[in-house]
Amino acid sequence: MAQRVAIVGTGQTDHKSHRPDVSGREMIREAVQRALDDCGLTIAEIDAIVIGNMDHFESINYVDTWSVEGSGAFMKPIMKVTTGGTTGTSVAIAAVYHAASGLFERVLAIGWEKNSESDTTAAIITCSDPVWDRFSYSGAIPSLATEASAYMQKTGATQEDAARVAVRDRNNAIHNPHAHLRRSITLEEVMASPMLAYPIKLLDICPRTDGACAVVFAAESVAPKLAAQPAWIQATAVRHTYTWFGDSTNYDAGLVSLQRASREAYQKAGIRRPAEDLDVAELYLPYTWAGLKWMEDLGFCPPGEGARFVGDGHTQMTGKIPVNPSGGVISTNCIGATALLRVAEAAVQVMGKGGARQVPGVRRALATGFGGCFWSDVVILGAARP
Amino acid sequence: MTMDRDYERLLTVSFRRPMPYRWAVGRYGSRFFEEIRERGRFIGTRCPDCGKVYVPPRRVCGPCFREMTDLVPLNDRGVLRAFSVVNYPFLDPDTGRQRPIPYTYGYIQMDGADNIFSHIINETDVSKIAVGMPVRAVLRPREEMTGHMSDIRHFDIIGQ
Repeated sequence: MAQRVAIVGTGQTDHKSHRPDVSGREMIREAVQRALDDCGLTIAEIDAIVIGNMDHFESINYVDTWSVEGSGAFMKPIMKVTTGGTTGTSVAIAAVYHAASGLFERVLAIGWEKNSESDTTAAIITCSDPVWDRFSYSGAIPSLATEASAYMQKTGATQEDAARVAVRDRNNAIHNPHAHLRRSITLEEVMASPMLAYPIKLLDICPRTDGACAVVFAAESVAPKLAAQPAWIQATAVRHTYTWFGDSTNYDAGLVSLQRASREAYQKAGIRRPAEDLDVAELYLPYTWAGLKWMEDLGFCPPGEGARFVGDGHTQMTGKIPVNPSGGVISTNCIGATALLRVAEAAVQVMGKGGARQVPGVRRALATGFGGCFWSDVVILGAARP
Repeated sequence: MTMDRDYERLLTVSFRRPMPYRWAVGRYGSRFFEEIRERGRFIGTRCPDCGKVYVPPRRVCGPCFREMTDLVPLNDRGVLRAFSVVNYPFLDPDTGRQRPIPYTYGYIQMDGADNIFSHIINETDVSKIAVGMPVRAVLRPREEMTGHMSDIRHFDIIGQ
């Protein structure tokens, strides 16, 4: 029978640019053990596992079985899910489906990446269509830059407006012991950083990180016993549109996949005024302009007002809707883990385990995933069982 | 035990050999490059359900899940819809070498088409490029064409 599902435990590595001290399997195990410890389970009590990374980034195939000694999947049902930047939310949502189906009570979701093991930009280029897109494509940065330049032209938003997003996220990361980049930065430093692809500068964009994340999902039959405050899944929504860059991007309409995924999730969770009804948001913002434009696509503010909304402080830790208490993707980006980290960090907030990065009294939290060709996933977590 | 900064004792293993692939361009894709080579023009495909014209052409309209058989001849002109000037060095998986920079990556909507596709814009001065500018394809000499996106050398920004 169908079950409601909650997150009862999370774990993540202490993220770094380069982990030559561990193999991928060994790094995965660090996150898995922390997630099990967080909810007091042993690996024997896990019924099924979903794992994801961008397998060709490490040139590893059948990651599900390759990773068994790190994931603990020996003689358990395990499947691999790989969907680009959204891999982490795809893994999470697949784990929700597993537990919700009634077939499995305790499901482990794992996302990981060792970006140091390949050339990340070359690997991302090989995600694009080899006949039509690869010739001119140069990785994630310019396709985001095209969105940014169109947004600046349409709204009059400036590079300084965008820089405030990096300053917010990087200064939040100081309070997250697991974050990769934990040094305070200023608006002046962002503006002075090298121009990579107009208008994106070095400090506007996410880093490359080695890291892993694991999350334990439990069916309602066991969840209340495994966590004092489970983070209940109130809604999930998936919008993976087209694989052709040119067909999936509508620069006039904004990030359509996020608009539609968030509306579906808000409706399922009974959210009418997202900036007021949600208490915190852990968003997959891979670069600073997303921190302006996608506020509009999420319905946090009216179209064209993203820069003012952020500039007025509404997304700060003390604002109306704190965004990325963890430091977000601009501070940590282990690609296959990145979107799962958003879900884990949103769960941490609902469970009240955020320590120095905790937003007080979180009842509902939003997590998003972004990737592929401008695809979006949305997960809403809550303190109350739906 | 080694620490994670003991780089001299922590070994890595490399793979550096070429591993070639061959990808099918497809019936309409092959025709697209043939039209460019023989007639210097673009072609697209039109969806019989939604009427959308796709360039480069393909066989199925994804949103309608409908086979397209209607080939639409177009000229060599379009409009720049978005762009970015790429300034950072990176490895090009096509060649195994660094791609020359700076270059401008742009999304072009061909006149008569409904979607956009990416190519190179022959201008790297940001102050001289704007979304909405008309562009025209500059083709390689016919004898140098290989049935590859680089048969279109780049797009020039043209006067209004």
